[in-house]
Amino acid sequence: MNFSEVFKLSSLLCKFSPDGKYLASCVQYRLVIRDVNTLQILQLYTCLDQIQHIEWSADSLFILCAMYKRGLVQVWSLEQPEWHCRIDEGSAGLVASCWSPDGRHILNTTEFHLRITVWSLCTKSVSYIKYPKACQQGITFTRDGRYMALAERRDCKDHVSVFVCSDWQLLRHFDTETQDLAGIEWAPNGCVLAVWDTCLEYKVLLYSLDGRLLSAYCAYEWSLGVKSVAWSPSSQFLAVGSYDGKVRILNHVTWKMITEFGHPATINNPKIVVYKEAEKNPRLALGRLAFPPPRAAAGPASTTESKYEIASAPVSLQTLKPIADRANPKIGIGALAFSPDNYFLATRNDSVPNAVWIWDIQKLRLFVVLEQLSPVRFFQWDPQQPRLAICTGGGKVYLWSPAGCVSVQVPGEGDFQVLSLCWHFSGDSLALLSKDHFCLCFLETEERVGTAFGRPGDHT
Amino acid sequence: MGEWMTVTDPDLSSESKNICQYTSETKMSPSSLYSQQVLCSSIPLSKNVHSFFSAFCTEENIEQSISYLDQEQLETSRREMIGLQERDRQLQCKNRNLHQLLKNEKDEVQKLQNIIASRATQYNHDMKRKEREYNKLKERLHQLVMNKKDKKIAMEVLNYVGRADGKRGSWRTGKTEASFFLRNEDEMYKILLNDYEYRQKQILMENAELKKVLQQMKKEMISLLSPQKQKPRERADDSTGTVISDAEEDAGELSRESMWDLSCETVREQLTNSIRKQWRILKSHVEKLDNQVSKVHLEGFNDEDVISRQDHEQETEKLELEIQQCKEMIKTQQQLLQQQLATACDDDTTSLLRDCYLLEEKERLKEEWSLFKEQKKNFEKERRSFTEAAIRLGLERKAFEEERASWLKQQFLNMTTFDHQNSENMKLFSAFSGSSDRDSLTVHSRPRQKKPHGVSNGSPVCTSKLTKSLPASPSTSDFCQTRSCASEHSSINVLNITPEETKPNPVGREGTNQKWSMASRPGSQEGCHSGRSSTCTNSHVEKDDLP
Repeated sequence: MNFSEVFKLSSLLCKFSPDGKYLASCVQYRLVIRDVNTLQILQLYTCLDQIQHIEWSADSLFILCAMYKRGLVQVWSLEQPEWHCRIDEGSAGLVASCWSPDGRHILNTTEFHLRITVWSLCTKSVSYIKYPKACQQGITFTRDGRYMALAERRDCKDHVSVFVCSDWQLLRHFDTETQDLAGIEWAPNGCVLAVWDTCLEYKVLLYSLDGRLLSAYCAYEWSLGVKSVAWSPSSQFLAVGSYDGKVRILNHVTWKMITEFGHPATINNPKIVVYKEAEKNPRLALGRLAFPPPRAAAGPASTTESKYEIASAPVSLQTLKPIADRANPKIGIGALAFSPDNYFLATRNDSVPNAVWIWDIQKLRLFVVLEQLSPVRFFQWDPQQPRLAICTGGGKVYLWSPAGCVSVQVPGEGDFQVLSLCWHFSGDSLALLSKDHFCLCFLETEERVGTAFGRPGDHT
Repeated sequence: MGEWMTVTDPDLSSESKNICQYTSETKMSPSSLYSQQVLCSSIPLSKNVHSFFSAFCTEENIEQSISYLDQEQLETSRREMIGLQERDRQLQCKNRNLHQLLKNEKDEVQKLQNIIASRATQYNHDMKRKEREYNKLKERLHQLVMNKKDKKIAMEVLNYVGRADGKRGSWRTGKTEASFFLRNEDEMYKILLNDYEYRQKQILMENAELKKVLQQMKKEMISLLSPQKQKPRERADDSTGTVISDAEEDAGELSRESMWDLSCETVREQLTNSIRKQWRILKSHVEKLDNQVSKVHLEGFNDEDVISRQDHEQETEKLELEIQQCKEMIKTQQQLLQQQLATACDDDTTSLLRDCYLLEEKERLKEEWSLFKEQKKNFEKERRSFTEAAIRLGLERKAFEEERASWLKQQFLNMTTFDHQNSENMKLFSAFSGSSDRDSLTVHSRPRQKKPHGVSNGSPVCTSKLTKSLPASPSTSDFCQTRSCASEHSSINVLNITPEETKPNPVGREGTNQKWSMASRPGSQEGCHSGRSSTCTNSHVEKDDLP
């Protein structure tokens, strides 16, 4: 594992291009494009205001920078550095901006979710979409980029509109039986749309591409409902994580639940491997006091090494008691992600915030639990293989694969607190983002990763 | 009897009254009155039993006392019954209370749920109201924003970019709108259909595999169960009957296997039913076996303690006997072997054996000998060829030397003005260098004045021999060349002759004689004198004896 040097960054805006050749990062109002292998600066663009959001177009030719305060979007071209484009929403304001899958249209959501403006880079045409829904995930594109589903709210009812991205024609428009739609997501095969309701009501609806309701699923009533949803890459399963701390897996044939995964605070089954992060730094002998005093007890800013130890059953994990009378309590499944080969599902139960649970989807049971010393902030699967990268806001990045797991300290002077991370699409490198800096971590190729973990890799 | 009635203690009267009251509840009949009376006095009876004992049981009172005793038992049992009834009642009360509590709780839960539902509807209503207000505001804002659009909201772009797929955009007229719509619909349905077809294919494949597995299972189960048809077994009639019938059925079904690829209801049901049947049979069979095994176990355990020891002992004795016998056998065999080895038992056999061994060795030796002979032949051949080659080589060399000598001679002639002498010397030289004839040697020996030269007399004679033994000729040729350039007369040193300045000899050959430095041939050097012709010739002759 090699680490690159540390570069400046602001607002955690660091993204790889879809073709994997470039890395875009933002420093205040400047956009820096680097080559992925050498990290040399290829282009440097200056925007008019502090950038809040950047996004690559799907063909990696263009990159948009959104400045919400000014209501501006600036688009830059990689091929022609002198090309420029500026979209000003003016008094309409701007709250969100994204590309269309063809990389030639920009969808701007104006303030108060009044409308979505579709700006075209090819023609002078502009389209408007009225009444988009202000929710967690209101726009979703199919993986092949053909269709866009948009959640709308008209006359106090939720609707979904399906548009054809090639000509922005409305294909289907139907209302959903939800109280207050919270999110929509296409299945990877592009034929089924999952729609889920607000957390006050547990309801998951499945619609076919042509707008027919295929199935409605409700696990229980009255208690807080759905918190997170994830499709499996093969579209076979839909994982629904809810506030009761369970993940329910629905299958694509009958759309009924095939199993539910609970997240208890104690693990009794000895077959489940529990990795606990432990500090390597041994305490000094009593006779000597180090000066300056050891920083092992310091919080996430410590630079002590840590390693994983296998804990023997029964294992009890640290739990967090949520405050009962506040909204958005820290309970339930806050994060869900399938591995790219569909073998594993990684989850986080917010009431056991230090742990990541990894489930074996082939056998539909718990496989591994990783417990860190601090709450898990973010995790993401390697796009090519079942390897999970985790960060907790400390100075280390953690990697798990079926061969084992490793904890790596990010080198550098000062503290580098990893707040977020992002994989390169080839799985060879990983960008680690902290508040003001970022660095790149280059991983060895697959054969050598096995030796780095100390055991040859084996799929189970 | 009158005596009974009259005896009443004041302190006992209350108790008796109680009892009376108690018993009055049960029944009031003339007989009971009598029994009351009896009871009334039962307690005093117990206390004053002694005083009344004599008066209790007389001939007159036998019947009465018997009935009295019976009634006593009756009373005690009645009391028990009453106690139990009381307890039962209490428990039933508790049960009712609990039921009541449960009902209350359920009602409360229901009430709360209703409250929640009503609150939810209320909130929804309020939310809707607020949302409508919000929408109105949004509309208003929208209008305001749209009005201002021409000035501020704009897109400024250097130049428009081509489409991602490279095609041109098309105009949107009325006709094309409809066609777009239809085309989109078509595409959407195509996508959906593809997906369904793909999934159906997957499911069909899975079904086919599962059917295969089930069929195989069925066959295996049948084969497992059918061999046991022959063996007699208790309660086997049912199972065999069903097995036979099943087998017949299945025989018929097997012929229709191809139909099972279809996925119609009846076929599916048939398959699952037959598998269930087989499974049940198998299960019952296994259970039977289990029972039998457990029975055998139990029986075995009962008698084991008694019989096993005896059996064990018998077996151990048998085994020991066997061991002894085996040991004896081994001993005898060992002895026999030793005898055989030690004594020269049978002469015939030993000689035979020896002969055998010798024969073997002889044959081996013969083989080796033949091999050796072959090798020897090969070696001879090779040696002959080598000698021939050497001879050829010698001849070639001689020829070459002659040529070279002639060439050199020519060179010489060309280069310098030679006298007659020199030319003759050259001849001599050439004779030396090339030929193995003695005749050339007899050419001419003139007194040499100027430069010394060492010419080995015996060299031409020796060369033929020497070429075989010593590969000195190349060095001689080199040396010849060098010397020829330096002097008119060339000298040939065949054997480590140091090219010292020698005295000029009348006989050319002699010079070299003194310089023989062949350590291995001391004899030759004896004849080497400096410049003495006579001795030299002798030595020359002597040299001929050299190998």
